[in-house]
Amino acid sequence: MGEHVSRWPARLHVVTGKGGTGKTSVAAALALGLAAGGKRTLLVEVEGRQGIAQLFETEPLPYKELRIAKVAGGGEVRALAVDPEEALLEYLDMFYHLGAAGRALRKVGAIDFATTIAPGLRDVLLTGKVKEATTRSQDGRRAYDAVVLDAPPTGRIGRFLNVTAETAKLAKMGPIKTQSDGVASLLRSPITSVHVVTLLEEMPVQETLDAIAELEALRIPVGRIILNATRPALATTGKVTKAELKRGLVEAGLPSDAATVSGLATEVKAHLTRQELEESLRAELTEAGRPLVELPLLPRGVDQGGLDELAAALMSA
Amino acid sequence: MCCGAGGVGKTTTAAALGLRAAEVHGRRTVVLTIDPARRLAQSMGLSELDNTPRQVKGIDGDSGGELHAMMLDMKRTFDEVVQQHTTPQRAAEIFANPFYQAMSSTFSGTQEYMAMEKLGQLRATDDWDLIIVDTPPSRSALDFLDAPARLSRFLDGRMLRMLLAPARGGRSMFSLVTASFGLFSRTVQKVLGAQLLTDLSGFVSALDSMFGGFRQRADQTYRILQDPQTAFLLVAAPERDAVREAAYFAERLVAERMPLAGLVLNRMHRTEVPALSADVSLAAAEVLTAAGDQPLTADALLIHANLVSQTEREERVAATFIDAFPAVPTVSVTAQPADVHDVDGLRTIGALLA
Repeated sequence: MGEHVSRWPARLHVVTGKGGTGKTSVAAALALGLAAGGKRTLLVEVEGRQGIAQLFETEPLPYKELRIAKVAGGGEVRALAVDPEEALLEYLDMFYHLGAAGRALRKVGAIDFATTIAPGLRDVLLTGKVKEATTRSQDGRRAYDAVVLDAPPTGRIGRFLNVTAETAKLAKMGPIKTQSDGVASLLRSPITSVHVVTLLEEMPVQETLDAIAELEALRIPVGRIILNATRPALATTGKVTKAELKRGLVEAGLPSDAATVSGLATEVKAHLTRQELEESLRAELTEAGRPLVELPLLPRGVDQGGLDELAAALMSA
Repeated sequence: MCCGAGGVGKTTTAAALGLRAAEVHGRRTVVLTIDPARRLAQSMGLSELDNTPRQVKGIDGDSGGELHAMMLDMKRTFDEVVQQHTTPQRAAEIFANPFYQAMSSTFSGTQEYMAMEKLGQLRATDDWDLIIVDTPPSRSALDFLDAPARLSRFLDGRMLRMLLAPARGGRSMFSLVTASFGLFSRTVQKVLGAQLLTDLSGFVSALDSMFGGFRQRADQTYRILQDPQTAFLLVAAPERDAVREAAYFAERLVAERMPLAGLVLNRMHRTEVPALSADVSLAAAEVLTAAGDQPLTADALLIHANLVSQTEREERVAATFIDAFPAVPTVSVTAQPADVHDVDGLRTIGALLA
């Protein structure tokens, strides 16, 4: 039961990656995996995309922590779509008891205004909510054993997590400063781990390496590089001869006409070219010195069964 | 206008279109890109953000066409807009304000707004036969349509007018006159702190002089997008999310009466041996693997089986868009074994697009 805790020691798992690499699916799978053995996890999204709802094929998520999956062994995953406006009102209410004034702020568009003019403020509110959920206690125990954040993509992750720097430009003291300092210290503690999802393609790999360098410079703990949608390497690496293919096709009782043979030969060559490129990208990622986790390509796409498969792969990594 | 979700190959598509327009159709073409992959940018001779179109070398100019490319410098474009709309002294005040600094580099709609702004400028010069815009890598493709309107709405918003009231002789939130306003401004003071409010009101009153300018420009660019000379090209990879995003975007374009030219299905896989099904291939691979003496053919059959399954899945995903928008032309671009980052690669993609 405590086994995966040693493999995924952090309590706040931030999942980033270039767009199109499957970071939402990986975040969901991680939340499912960490909920195994009777745990409770929270899967959070902050970009208003409703990616979690789409993945689990549910109605759009409200600003509320709702259960989206039960996990064998009594565990459960809850999901939350953080809305910056709701987060600000909640924050005001919690610290200043500003129920009515908060609503007045919304009515005149102040919140939209504040989060528009100072995007750093928006990020403090979003990460602040994540911090609150991560550190919340209920009846003497932690509300969540782990929180998994489906974070903004690699291109924006540094700025998103570097909350103090962004707000320091605007607020040199006062409650916003206090709030962002609190978030910043959580994000730089061993409680947090940022995982980067990538495919074995050039641009995602480059962005992964750039993001890791950026996070390291910010002293935000980097966890694992998660290689998504990988294909098992095949034994064939040498020369492809048509004569050999033809003999094999005959032995298998399949058509062995010239078109079939040369068609298959072309497919194998393309595969080998791809495989070579993937190997060199894998080597580049290995040099980053972070543990790699490989997840298989799901031939039928990511459905519920697929998520469970990814969760199992993550937990055994 | 090349639009689509992140990671679908928008920049490559935009560059390939530009190259083909210049080489094959002899058009004087400029590609405006936001954040290209490093090697693709290098291959086009773009080494820095400099906001000026640079001619791409190494292309075939026999047809009389030219290809130019530029990377958008968001902050510089914003600065230029400010300079155009206000006095040098006011501009200096605005540039020094921390809110301007935060907003001009991080406001979520700034990239989109500035891309539109740059498009308007390029269009106004009449130097180009074809302008290709690679839209910013935003959270959602729709941001490109929504962000400029959001920015101008914001700059003309109720909140801003309220903050500006003293400059216009009315009541300000700082004068604490009415009860609800008092409550409101106390809240703001309490949460934000006084120094922040001073900066904010300075920024807001500095922007005042530019209101009309911003709104007018956002309206203008919106009209450019509805012009029959404009064509939107959706780019999607054959994945569920990317195709769903393309469908949302197509719906919006129809609703906004913006011209949708077609969908590019990028990185589609295809099999060379369509007659051999995945199941048959897989079964034969198992037989050969068990026998053990034809490892190459066993692998080839496995590769083929995976490829066929992938092709079938991609076609199912693509069909969801095609069924919903039967009148929209689509073109499939076959996945290349290696990534595209040179002019030859772009030429290949351009030919596949034609």
